[in-house]
Amino acid sequence: MTPLAPTSPQQAPEPQHPQGTEPRQRPQPQSLSDLFWSFSWLALQGFGGVLAVVQRELVEKKKWLTPSEFLEDWAVAQILPGPNVMNLSLMIGDRYFGMRGALVALTGMLLFPLLIVLGSAVLFAAVSDVPQVQGALRGMGAVAAGLITATGMKLVAGLRANAMGAPVCYALAAMTFVAIAILRLPLAWVLFTLGGLAWWWAYRQLRALPTPAGETP
Amino acid sequence: MTLPLALSATEWLGLFVHFLSLSLLAVGGAIATAPDMHRYLVDERHWLSDAQFSSSIALAQAAPGPNVLFVAVLGWNVGVNAAGGMAAGLHAWGLGALGMALAMLGIMLPSTTLTFAAARWGHRNRELRVVRAFKQGLAPIVVAMLIATGWILAGGHGGPWAQWPLWLLAIASAVLVWRTQIHLLWVLAGGAVLGALGWV
Repeated sequence: MTPLAPTSPQQAPEPQHPQGTEPRQRPQPQSLSDLFWSFSWLALQGFGGVLAVVQRELVEKKKWLTPSEFLEDWAVAQILPGPNVMNLSLMIGDRYFGMRGALVALTGMLLFPLLIVLGSAVLFAAVSDVPQVQGALRGMGAVAAGLITATGMKLVAGLRANAMGAPVCYALAAMTFVAIAILRLPLAWVLFTLGGLAWWWAYRQLRALPTPAGETP
Repeated sequence: MTLPLALSATEWLGLFVHFLSLSLLAVGGAIATAPDMHRYLVDERHWLSDAQFSSSIALAQAAPGPNVLFVAVLGWNVGVNAAGGMAAGLHAWGLGALGMALAMLGIMLPSTTLTFAAARWGHRNRELRVVRAFKQGLAPIVVAMLIATGWILAGGHGGPWAQWPLWLLAIASAVLVWRTQIHLLWVLAGGAVLGALGWV
């Protein structure tokens, strides 16, 4: 159950149990239904994105994860393709109850929000010919476009610390934007060419950098 | 509001396969693949109208839960269109549910399977150069994909000159959310009120 035990070197050493049977002396989900309701509850609080709620509930309130564990898990969830928050839930569920836990966490995340979103889609369809409703949705659509753009803008700041250097990052980002938004090229094409190029360039650049302490490249 | 269309079994399969193929490309979240969904569903297949596409995303953003649920709404709306609109009653519910299930299964299945298998490996090997290079290299691409998604959604109703109030609202909300801690629901509600009043 603990092949993924935290290994980050900067973390304060946890009390080691000589037998190594159950090294975690901290809160964790009691059962599959505890896991299910916990994820359902946090999904239902997540208007406009669930990540902030996951952090608050699982790290600050329930203390299932330490902040550094959360960041490591989040990095992996973000690298891997797929909805990030779903990847994160899957990984956390898997950690405690294996595949069943992964499925239960995903179900908790999706079930009730899916019913709500379906209900609102049906309600909106019933009144979608009312000009005011069409107008409201147009307005909300423009805001949704703004929200997604803002998420991207917030992440731009993180590029300054990138191993490729800020100018290369901005150039790659600009090329990606033009390819997708202006030229409307298929995503696969853009990801494989620009993404592959960026991966190769970052691999080169990381060799030139001093390696973090404790790493053997 | 709805588009009259009838989908063959092959076309349903095409919908499923398209979302399957996008799943593994969704680095940075499912929303980053929205431009490709728009290209496929609206521009190529004409299964959804531009307005339906944007409103599906707006609805999912306004509702609680993970953002990936916009895919469920897209699939639902394709199904309802295929039935000829909600007036078709049970037929519309059935096809809507089919579209929703195919779209959600498609977008989730490959990525969750991969995550399940790769998470342990990635966690153990997060210091490897090839893993760190992937993370660092893809970062600017992922950021640009998000901003491009916002751009394409803002343009759903027309270019910046024809639809300047909508673009202004999109830009204003982006700046608000980017620069302040305001709750997203207030911004969405503000957009809904402005739209209902006919100002955008």
